[in-house]
Amino acid sequence: MNKPVVATASLAGCFGCHMSLLDIDERLVELIDLVEFNKSPIDDIKKFTKDVDIGLIEGGCCNTENVEVLKEFRKKCKTLISLGECAIMGGLPALRNDITVSECLAEAYLDGPTTVNEHRILPNDEELPIILNKVYPCHEVVKMDYFLPGCPPSADLIWEALVALITGEEKEIPYALIKYD
Amino acid sequence: MTQHELKIICEKNHFDRHSLMDILHEIHDHQGFTTEEDIRILSENLKISEIDLRQTISFYHFFACSSRGKYTIYLNNSAISNLKGREEIEKVFIEEGGCVKNGVSPDGLIGLYETPCIGMSDQEPAALINGRIFTNLTAFRAKELLHNMKKGLPLEDMYTTVYGDGRNAHPEMKSIVRNNIRRVGPLLRPSEKMQVLKNQVSQMSPEQVLEQVKLAELRGRGGAGFPTGLKWQFCRMAEGKKKYVFCNADEGEPGTFKDRVLLTEKPEDIIEGMIIAGYAIGAQEGVLYLRYEYKYMKNYLEYIIQTLREEGFLGKNPAGIKGFSFDMRIQLGAGSYVCGEESALIESTEGKRGEPRSRPPFPVEKGYLGYPTVVNNVETFCAAVKIVQFGGDWYNSLGTDESKGTKLVSVSGDCRYPGIYELEWGFTMRDVLEMVGAKETRAVQMGGPSGELVNKHQFDRILCYSDLATGGSIMIFDRRRNVIEDVVVNFMEFFINESCGSCVPCRNIPKLLKEKLDKILSGKGTSQDLADMERWGAMMKINRCGLGHTAAHPILSSLKNFRSHYERKLRKHTDFISDVDLLEASKEAAEYTNREPVI
Ligand SMILES: Cc1cc2nc3c(=O)[nH]c(=O)nc-3n(C[C@H](O)[C@H](O)[C@H](O)COP(=O)(O)O)c2cc1C
Ligand code: SF4
Repeated sequence: MNKPVVATASLAGCFGCHMSLLDIDERLVELIDLVEFNKSPIDDIKKFTKDVDIGLIEGGCCNTENVEVLKEFRKKCKTLISLGECAIMGGLPALRNDITVSECLAEAYLDGPTTVNEHRILPNDEELPIILNKVYPCHEVVKMDYFLPGCPPSADLIWEALVALITGEEKEIPYALIKYD
Repeated sequence: MTQHELKIICEKNHFDRHSLMDILHEIHDHQGFTTEEDIRILSENLKISEIDLRQTISFYHFFACSSRGKYTIYLNNSAISNLKGREEIEKVFIEEGGCVKNGVSPDGLIGLYETPCIGMSDQEPAALINGRIFTNLTAFRAKELLHNMKKGLPLEDMYTTVYGDGRNAHPEMKSIVRNNIRRVGPLLRPSEKMQVLKNQVSQMSPEQVLEQVKLAELRGRGGAGFPTGLKWQFCRMAEGKKKYVFCNADEGEPGTFKDRVLLTEKPEDIIEGMIIAGYAIGAQEGVLYLRYEYKYMKNYLEYIIQTLREEGFLGKNPAGIKGFSFDMRIQLGAGSYVCGEESALIESTEGKRGEPRSRPPFPVEKGYLGYPTVVNNVETFCAAVKIVQFGGDWYNSLGTDESKGTKLVSVSGDCRYPGIYELEWGFTMRDVLEMVGAKETRAVQMGGPSGELVNKHQFDRILCYSDLATGGSIMIFDRRRNVIEDVVVNFMEFFINESCGSCVPCRNIPKLLKEKLDKILSGKGTSQDLADMERWGAMMKINRCGLGHTAAHPILSSLKNFRSHYERKLRKHTDFISDVDLLEASKEAAEYTNREPVI
């Protein structure tokens, strides 16, 4: 039987969730036995080369590129998972959601106390994605199948969830793994 | 206010931070809002940090940190007010009066604000203007009021109807509110004041009083239905140098107005009930927490209390009962539904934000200022008086097997005879609808937004604690009304505004649910959205207080009883539609940086 294929991406996140994935320590070896990685920062594959079973998304959508990547993941992945607070709720980046995007840009590039921008140029190269008016959680943009909470979700939680998905056996996730106060 | 004036107010209140509500009321009565300078001076005098003062002031609807106009209109935005034509009134105020919604007119004359149910559902649309009630508003009346305000008339000269019936016309009250009592029972029948205290209680021991209340199996009438005898007993047994009796006259549940009528017509009974409770539990002091919306009764109630004091029913040895003393005061609230929750009520009376406490300890163990405190609803006290008068056995014989006695219900909405009905428990919904002259009823909201939305196949259900429980509110919606748009949306907005914000689910989930509703109403809903709402709604049980526990009820109960109303609006053949419009979402940044938005 072919090994299940996993892809991952970090959108408007800090890579903390990916670090947490690496935190499964020696189980990484086991994981590599269990699955094959496709598009992911972990193996640095930039483009999908085939359809994927499980997609893990860290971070919400703060710009047009995030939306594009997420939509591509939805197309390619059978099961898509919001990994961590930012993917689920927008997280820290969403703190700007009550401030207009123009104000944010002005503060960052024009008027911030440590900003030197003599010609008052805003980043506007065609190559750059456009910032969205708000940071959107993934499930508002595409359908997400599962949510793994945490900032970041613990390595054990990610491990348990992946194993459950791969083996197809429903697992009771211990309360301690999803309790955050 | 000047530093000197403020100092005098603080001095009058013994520089006691627990009197903050009274102090703020006095400032607001004087100038309508608290200035930055006032906050600074209060902070010094009361030894409360400025930020603490600000968070307390901003917690309450009727406190403000900036002017809300010479005339301040609080227009009720309840579902009932809406269906009686609130929008038209608001339009007149805005278009013809130059008012701004939730702000002050540019000339500073008139402030126009929304406020949740003000307890006038039987005479909507209604508004509070500078603390006075104006009922049955029409577009014409709104124009007249505007005209009068522009002329600078005093409020009492703006009435165009005679004072209301019964004691609404009392010289200390002079309100145009009408009682609309449609059916009376033991609680509402005429009674002689303090007769029970004089004739019965004086001959009984506290234990005997307690025994009767227990025998009656009286349950609290404020909504939660806790056995009153048990509550009194817990408080009686609790250790404390002092004990308190609180009367909960916050009546915040939209659609409820029965306490308003009891406070108007039966204040002596309420006070008598409080004295009896004090006697039974061994308390010396009572507080009647009156919602700000009923401020128009404050002078009247104070007059009644003073009269009773002079007649020897309050103070030392009420009605000559030896070894017992009891006196009381009124605490005026400042606009907050959650303050009706008993521990929030106590917090508020202590001069703080009305945030519910974590329990245990329960108020009966540690309540007001840390002393054992009994909090009961207005109606509960009235029932206790009748129980002592006619005996627990008699009371126990009324009602159904598990719901004893009578219940006052406040009926409003689409019916011929809105008003107060005193009913024995056990009537069916159908009986009630017939009694109140309701035709072509589509839905009935039992027990306010936190209760249940009942459909027409459920009209044989029975009014009692184990089936259709109610704290008193019955709102009727007929065929013309849309269940989701006219009812559920309004109730969800109510909970979103009234959550105190302490608990994460209570603060966030209702907002998310409301977004789902908007999505469904905009035609982008799918079956997945319904499933999400049900799943998220179930999480509300981990909140701290009853508000959070029930804040998803409007959605959960309408999903259960009116599912087809949702399903009709869903997109078929898909379980996901995104509500994010990428063009719209990328427009602002694109424009700001001189680029084309993404399509
Ligand atoms: C959000 C919320 C609002 C409440 N509002 C009121 C109210 O306005 N009046 C009332 O009597 N009880 C209200 N209650 C119930 C009180 O917490 C308490 O149970 C009641 O005052 C006890 O009196 P009872 O046993 O006589 O009903 C409210 C509860 C919650 C959770
Ligand atoms: S449930 Fe809501 S209203 Fe009650 S304490 Fe928590 S946040 Fe406040």
